Amino acid sequence: MSKGILVYSEITSDDYLHTVVFELANKAVELSKKMEDAPVMALVLTKPDLINEYKEAFQKSGFDKVFYVVDERFGTYRTDLFAKAAVQAVKQIDPEIMLVGATCQGRDLAPRISTALGTGLTADCTGLDILENGKFAATRPTFGGQLMATILCKKYPQMASVRPKVFKPSEVDVTRDTVFIKMSVDLDDYVPQIEVLEFTKKLVCDLNDLDSAKIIVAGGKGMKNAEGFALLKKLADKLGGCVGASRVAVEMGLAPQAVQIGQTGKTVSPKLYIACGISGALQHTIGMNSAEKIIAINTDKNAPIFDICDYGIVGDAFEIIPKLLEL
Amino acid sequence: MKIVLCVKQVPDTSDIKWTENNTIQREGLESIINPYDVYAFESALRLKNKYKNVNISALTMGPKQAEGMLRKLIAIGVDDAVLLSDKKFAGADTFATAKTIAAAIKSKLSDFDLIVCGQFAIDGDTAQTGPSIANFLDIPQVTYVKEVVGYEDGYLTVIRELDSGFEKVRVKLPALICVLQGEFEPVRARINGIIHSQQVEIPVYGIDDIGLSVEDAGLKGSPTYVNKAYRAPQKETECVFVESCEELAECIKKCGGICE
Repeated sequence: MSKGILVYSEITSDDYLHTVVFELANKAVELSKKMEDAPVMALVLTKPDLINEYKEAFQKSGFDKVFYVVDERFGTYRTDLFAKAAVQAVKQIDPEIMLVGATCQGRDLAPRISTALGTGLTADCTGLDILENGKFAATRPTFGGQLMATILCKKYPQMASVRPKVFKPSEVDVTRDTVFIKMSVDLDDYVPQIEVLEFTKKLVCDLNDLDSAKIIVAGGKGMKNAEGFALLKKLADKLGGCVGASRVAVEMGLAPQAVQIGQTGKTVSPKLYIACGISGALQHTIGMNSAEKIIAINTDKNAPIFDICDYGIVGDAFEIIPKLLEL
Repeated sequence: MKIVLCVKQVPDTSDIKWTENNTIQREGLESIINPYDVYAFESALRLKNKYKNVNISALTMGPKQAEGMLRKLIAIGVDDAVLLSDKKFAGADTFATAKTIAAAIKSKLSDFDLIVCGQFAIDGDTAQTGPSIANFLDIPQVTYVKEVVGYEDGYLTVIRELDSGFEKVRVKLPALICVLQGEFEPVRARINGIIHSQQVEIPVYGIDDIGLSVEDAGLKGSPTYVNKAYRAPQKETECVFVESCEELAECIKKCGGICE
């Protein structure tokens, strides 16, 4: 095993480096200080013509080494192809720790890598640390967010996934003299088993781009029906925000899975989160409690959401929101 | 087509009580079928209703009581079931769990075409066991499946829901899919199903039956271990209650939301 922390660097369907890469880089730089400045490394699988586009971003985010594998077929993510390439690359790099963003791609790929390498993977971590004995400690919520577990790994690399927006990218310039290393992997015997027939992008104008939203108006069970969510949309439009939902609201068919906030959904950290008809189960609040300010509207004055919010009003969102819209 | 449906019994996490020592009170904690596994079941059932000669075998790893969940599934459309139960399976992380389930499928249900799992389990919420099983069986996987479109000539077509959009994918069988919540009508038990569920024999397999050694399974076979567990810290904020919508609008403004 060589020293160092490897960050899997996801490329989005628009050919950008995923923002979670910068968040993980910042964390990796912090961890490496407790590891005698072990190198912070990236692994990226990309189309050959694009690697130069990413170089500056890698340098600026504090990477010491960037390992890249190029192939024309890397333009579209496919589990079998990426797993085959990534497993070979990680074996060659042989890092002590490997971090992966818990995006759709990361959650699909990371368990293939860890299983193929015979090592452990701790999912959706909210805290990462190096213990005094040098072990990597990954902390994550479990049991619907009610229990925190710190998990260690006996095998190497010690792997963890982290959702976007859990850590912050560096605010200061951490430019390093990054070394770029081209790697080769053997994909000659790759026979595609998965074929992507078509991809329909979610419409940006309609899409609740929760990840970057400054203001989120979210609804739960209390928003009852489509009219309830239409009210939320109106309020969100007025405030220049986006609509989110609790798991129960998604299960009731009031909102798509893509806007679900909470443990089995997204983690968000907007400037303002307005929770309407959401009771505030931990399962939900761990996905939004890092919002700068939280306002809650709920008919039940004992709802746990009021324990974590800054401002609250006891009342029916169906009456309150229309009044807000008129103001 | 032979379908293996992987299901998990989970504690009802919406109803957790704490002991004085801040540990989870496990006694009296109700077990339910993982909600995402219900969607997995419904996806499998749709294939069974749409095509001829589809057989669904449910498989779970857990305590003996999990048999009840398997019988309920049989009552609503599963054909047969297998229970993996052995003290030596206890304490397994996702790696050891997947290894155990893959070993059971290899030794007992090896003629499968499709494995269907839920995307997450609500207790652990790792979304790792499905892909990990696929890796052990050396078959492709498709995660985040919103809808199973159809099955033709040894290929399954599904629609995935991803962060950025919807992807229509064709995968060669045998394969494993992980299913998200979809729009399904709840399935009611039929009288024939209930009778079948009471008559069918559910084999219980232990570690020796599936050819694993003690080092492969349970806590021993797990690369990860819990170093410590503690109650999630509660964010303490003093909520300022307001009475009127005008005051609320003022608060929204203070928090950076400008009503235009």
